Amino acid sequence: MELADIIIKFVLIVIIFAISLVVAMYSTYAERKVAAFFQDRIGPNRAGPWGILQPLCDGGKMFLKEEIIPTNASAFLFIAGPSLAILTACIGSAVIPWGQQITIGGHVVDLQVTDINVGVLYIFGVVSLGVYGVMIGGWASNNKYSLLGAIRAASQNISYEISMGLSIIALLMLTGTLSLREIAEQQHGWNWNVLRQPLGFLLFIVCAFAETNRTPFDLPECETELVGGYHTEYSSMKLGFYLFAEYINMFISSAVMVTLYWGGYNYPGMDWVLAHAGPTIAPIIGVVVMFTKVFLFIFFFMWVRWTIPRFRYDQLMDLGWKILIPLAIANIVLTGVIGTFL
Amino acid sequence: MESLSNKKKLIESKPLNFWERAYLPAILSGLSITMKHFFRKPVTISYPEEKREFSENFRGMHSLKRDENGKERCTACGLCALSCPAEAITMIAAERQKGEENLYREEKYAAVYEINMLRCIFCGLCEEACPKEAIYLDGDIVPADYLRKDFIYGKDKLVEAPLNQ
Repeated sequence: MELADIIIKFVLIVIIFAISLVVAMYSTYAERKVAAFFQDRIGPNRAGPWGILQPLCDGGKMFLKEEIIPTNASAFLFIAGPSLAILTACIGSAVIPWGQQITIGGHVVDLQVTDINVGVLYIFGVVSLGVYGVMIGGWASNNKYSLLGAIRAASQNISYEISMGLSIIALLMLTGTLSLREIAEQQHGWNWNVLRQPLGFLLFIVCAFAETNRTPFDLPECETELVGGYHTEYSSMKLGFYLFAEYINMFISSAVMVTLYWGGYNYPGMDWVLAHAGPTIAPIIGVVVMFTKVFLFIFFFMWVRWTIPRFRYDQLMDLGWKILIPLAIANIVLTGVIGTFL
Repeated sequence: MESLSNKKKLIESKPLNFWERAYLPAILSGLSITMKHFFRKPVTISYPEEKREFSENFRGMHSLKRDENGKERCTACGLCALSCPAEAITMIAAERQKGEENLYREEKYAAVYEINMLRCIFCGLCEEACPKEAIYLDGDIVPADYLRKDFIYGKDKLVEAPLNQ
């Protein structure tokens, strides 16, 4: 590997890291605005024009607040919890292809930090690590509400990971590869996987809501029953990290859904654009398309949050084990039958 | 039992059919309802910049009135303080001196007149009790402040501005 390549990779890592943080930051602002619009309100509009400096003020507030570690809490684990949550949220973006190969001054650059051939498995590994942050934080707080929230998060994530994995298997039977770059390439133009796997996508998005602890599956932080859930005892930036991790997770899972099912950076008429705009401009348009799709998904996450009430815990488990898993298995069988005989 | 009011309605609860149990159609109709609200005009009134119009009989901050010649109407009879259920009003009366006829209408006037806005319940009984039509609750909302002592309003804040000559 040449020095230039290493520098390019390093720059790419920094850019993607910065983008995911900025997107997460502005997701908090967007969430409040979107919530306001859904409820016929205006939303934050005092800090800067239209309130666009609101996330900076919120961040500053988080840093300046008093940091409390409860007396009977395990201090090391109490700090490790949010650190792990934000760490696992951030490293998921490494394998996502943000665009096609771009040619800048003779250099061909992959718009992806690394194209490992088991990208899908890597994502799954990182996502299932995410729950440890919540579990450790909830357990280390030495508080019954935090512990209950942590237990809920753990059992919910384990239940929904199964049907998520099963719904992915049906997709992998079609693509025949685990590399996210190849999956994205196969969906060239209009060949988006959601057209061939509608049921699989439905299962996947339901599980994604559960994995990111978003409404209607936000039982780990159910205020009416558990005060604040697993972050009841947290204050200052450690609380900020937990909230931030949720928004980064939302961004990453939107990006994964777009890559796996909604064609990633592909859009109809991309060959025509490539032929006319050249190999530098066309991939940039692809990146814009990718991010537009991701933002639409983030909006969908928020839309659902401000529409649907929370599930009861037994309903959540019923849905996960008795409905989603059988449906996912049926989807695999259906995909296999159609793939073999048609 | 027989219904006497004749308003009794029998409600049947049928078992849910397949689409109702699938839950998704209900979610979609819910999403469409919230999307309608997304494009609706917000009902918010951005308070300090815009104010909602008060009703005609709104009772806000008190003001001590002057008569048509710009003299203070209050004669410090104390009926307002007596009628006040919240004990919010106190005053000290004084006699009008020679040369002050253009300031006070009656021979007696309130040298000090204080209303504790934290005690006041804005019932308007002082307004009704006043025989001289000197006090009216026709002002704005009492503004917020930091200290309790700053909510005790004296004559400087209560008396109407003098007439322009």
